Amino acid sequence: MIRSAIRFVDERTGSAPLIRKVLRYAFPDHWTFLFGEIALYSFMVLVGTGVFLTLFFEPSLARTTYEGAYAPLQGVEVSLAYDSALRLSFDVNAGLLMRQTHHWAALVFIAAIAVHLMRIFFTGAFRKPRDINYYVGLTMLVLALVEGFAGYSLLDDLLSGMGLAIAYATTLSIPVIGGDVAFLIWGDQFPGADDFISRLFIAHVLILPVIIGGLIAVHLLMIALPHHTQFRGGGATERNVVGTPMWPGYALRSVGLLFATAGALFLLGGLIQVNPIWQWGQYEIYDGTNGAQPDWYMGWLIGALRIMPPIEPSVFGYTIFPNPFFGGLLVPGVVFTFLYMWPTIERRLARDREIHHLLDRPRDNPWRTAIGAALFTFITLIFLAGSADRIFVSFGIDYETQVWIFRVAVFALPAIVYLLTKRICEELRDTDWHPLREPPVMIARTPSGGFEGDGSAERPRDRAAAGGGRSRRR
Amino acid sequence: MRVPERIVLALLLAATAAAATFAVAYALEWSTQVLGLALGGALVAIAAALILAGKRVAPGEEVTEQRPKLADPAEERQLELDIERAGEGVSRRGVLLGGAAAAGTALGGALVFPVASLGPKPGDRIGSSPWRRGTRVVGESGGRIAPDDVKVGTFVTGFPDGADQRELGSPVVLVRLRPDDLELPSDRSDWDAEGVVAFSKICTHAGCTINLYRYPLFPAQSPGPALVCPCHYSTFDPATGGNRIFGPAGRALPQLPLALDDEGLLVAAGEFSGPIGPSWWGVRKRDS
Amino acid sequence: MRRARRWALGGAAALCGALAVVTFASQSSGQINLGGGPSQPGGPAQEAQRPPAPDPEQVERGRQLFLEGCSSCHGLDARGIEDTAPSLRGAGAAAADFYLSTGRMPLDKPGDEPIRADPRYPQDQIDAIVAYVGSLGGPPIPDVRPERGDINEGFEAFTEHCAGCHQAVAKGGVVTGAFAPDLGEATPTQVGEAVRIGPYIMPLFGREQIDNHTLDSIARYVELTKDPVDEGGWGIGNIGPVPEGMIAWLLALAALLLVARLIGVRGTE
Repeated sequence: MIRSAIRFVDERTGSAPLIRKVLRYAFPDHWTFLFGEIALYSFMVLVGTGVFLTLFFEPSLARTTYEGAYAPLQGVEVSLAYDSALRLSFDVNAGLLMRQTHHWAALVFIAAIAVHLMRIFFTGAFRKPRDINYYVGLTMLVLALVEGFAGYSLLDDLLSGMGLAIAYATTLSIPVIGGDVAFLIWGDQFPGADDFISRLFIAHVLILPVIIGGLIAVHLLMIALPHHTQFRGGGATERNVVGTPMWPGYALRSVGLLFATAGALFLLGGLIQVNPIWQWGQYEIYDGTNGAQPDWYMGWLIGALRIMPPIEPSVFGYTIFPNPFFGGLLVPGVVFTFLYMWPTIERRLARDREIHHLLDRPRDNPWRTAIGAALFTFITLIFLAGSADRIFVSFGIDYETQVWIFRVAVFALPAIVYLLTKRICEELRDTDWHPLREPPVMIARTPSGGFEGDGSAERPRDRAAAGGGRSRRR
Repeated sequence: MRVPERIVLALLLAATAAAATFAVAYALEWSTQVLGLALGGALVAIAAALILAGKRVAPGEEVTEQRPKLADPAEERQLELDIERAGEGVSRRGVLLGGAAAAGTALGGALVFPVASLGPKPGDRIGSSPWRRGTRVVGESGGRIAPDDVKVGTFVTGFPDGADQRELGSPVVLVRLRPDDLELPSDRSDWDAEGVVAFSKICTHAGCTINLYRYPLFPAQSPGPALVCPCHYSTFDPATGGNRIFGPAGRALPQLPLALDDEGLLVAAGEFSGPIGPSWWGVRKRDS
Repeated sequence: MRRARRWALGGAAALCGALAVVTFASQSSGQINLGGGPSQPGGPAQEAQRPPAPDPEQVERGRQLFLEGCSSCHGLDARGIEDTAPSLRGAGAAAADFYLSTGRMPLDKPGDEPIRADPRYPQDQIDAIVAYVGSLGGPPIPDVRPERGDINEGFEAFTEHCAGCHQAVAKGGVVTGAFAPDLGEATPTQVGEAVRIGPYIMPLFGREQIDNHTLDSIARYVELTKDPVDEGGWGIGNIGPVPEGMIAWLLALAALLLVARLIGVRGTE
């Protein structure tokens, strides 16, 4: 049966040699190389559940009266968008499962990208020839953030509506052209023209997914062409790839990961509630709720907006930077610019323009790891600042005090983390210490015929220098 | 059958059962929890089967491949020659390329213009509101508001009579302060109506609704009256005309002057003290 | 392989068991009145019942208790002490009952935010003190009946007047300078008392904004928030995206990273 299938395909496409090559493709299979796949498979679940949702959701702000199952909203005039989302949740069989799985998939998608990005950064996988692919990946992250925000803002509920107001204010804060850009996107003063929701809908279900999908294809191609990176050891060199072949080992495990991801997301979608829009109520510009938060991946922005001092510089009557600019645009702008520029920065400062296929362990490049850890600390702190109100409620630390603590911490702590991390990495690297293994010992034969252990293993520092990639010791 | 194979088979059978349960649960309209558990369970069981098969059932092997050669100088040189062949015999290459560049840039630029159809030029609309001198203040259901409806310690949401309640400049928040507590700036000394003052309900920081009001029962031991925004906790003082006393907002809360009409009911005595909503490039150009 | 087999069988058993439990425990089948509570149509609001004429003995008992436990801050004559505590003349039985029954009073330090705690007095003593303070004038204890309210009106009124501080499903929140408590333990009467008197820095709402029927509706909605409709499963606190994000990272992603570790190779040498 397999023979006739192969015959069928090869007679028509002549692709037997290519498929053979693909099936023998070697995958270095360190477990951290699977993070990107978790993101990819989450994206597939997003598309699958998303198609279901598009067949029910009505992207319109026209008014209707809700007459579904949820009592507190019965007889209330709401938008068609909100009404269709409620009906999906209560009246469509398996509708809530699909809605919640879709939402959980978005949260996990971006978390997986973040973890994947950290792996890429800390192992130096972004170096030539993979810098282009790194830019593609970063761009997908930015698009994923926008896509997620757009998705949950479609439902016209109170929580996401408040978020849209803040997005409008952040757009307005772009110097000079902010008002024009905001009016182009919203079609009018907030809450916008009647077709705003349908515009957002098309961006969310068509424009952005197509771009992301295309970039995914490029991303995968750019991995396959130079082949995957690998860690040293086990016979790995800069000129080969050592790993599990695509078929059968890798394909089975990888598809297994796909099913595990989908399974985890559907389990969450059924068992743990997410985005209960009926509890928030619909959005009105004159309503609000305490404790309003964006989805997790936007949490860093609310933190930055909250701890920013009330500066709004103006000159000759022109307000150069409305306050939301700092938290909503400058902070993410600086972070992403830094991330985009990092391969260039490292190339310059470490004077390393070589092609690299072998990865660093984080300890092999203390400087890079320390900077990455400092950046991670900074981002985590502004995330925490965004939850200062809950910290107040749960732990009693006064809100205003927290604001001041965070303002100091976001500068002080990354600096401390940088110094600490660098030191730790240098220590680990120099002693090649592994918490679960004995340090390697060199045994030499003495001239008189016995053996002696001289206690000094081949030093990893020297090994790293020999293996290619001269990172300057700092 | 070897043990790992048996486990894989068991997992696949479990997945079959779970998938069937999902179908049944769907048909009988059981809860979202059952649906999720069944479908998720089936997927997880298959995942376990596949992973176990990949690790323990199928032959495990490690292969070593040579990496494809990147950066082949000979090929690159050939490619360069291939491309440049197009220019053989062309007399004014530079001029033609320049013309192509001009055409391409102009077309690219021109194609951007239809983007402008997406929205109107903002003009004055960004910070505008429907409130005018004489506009009656009404509640959400349209009933007029009297000063006595706004007692000390409460806050009321008001709207302009006859205007769209969903326009950003429409909602106002009304509070009453005791005469001793009121310290409006001198050019707004008559902006209250019997102690009732009105402010835009839209925060000047990022456009959220200001629907928190802090009013002390015992002023000596509590923070004073304040209008607070739940998004980033910008806090405004109604007594001094909406000045910011905490938080990131860059501008005071715009105040709406109030007066009483012939029936003793609340009307606006003019427009807001400044543009409503979040700041933009030109926000301070319109401050009156 | 024995270990692996045990794992697989155990996992399959757990799955079946969980499936069985959930199947029998949580079947919903096209409910048409989710969150409606006792479906009694809202009736006409009753006027707050006139309190029974104060029993002089009870008032005297209350006065004695007041002198012992409250006068050090509120003054021997209940006229307050400057910069320490307000006068209670005109505060009314509503205020006294609210503060005492929620344990907010007696307050340890005059500058603290009064926080819900176990009431310091047994109910009969509370009644006595309430009778005494009520005799000094002020609003009586309101008669709040959630079953008379409309759940829709309650949801809307709560969103308009209360959600800004107390959060959309009454889980509490923050105002600059204080926190607004979650209402999980508030009785309907306490809800009504707080609405009418505006304790600490909470605003107050008279009958012009919230008439007695709307108050019943708000109380009915507050009852709903104690057990919100969590159709989607575990509500994780009903406070929104922060716990949702924690689940995504600490449960889902963590599990998937574990799976990745199972699939892949460990160690970098």
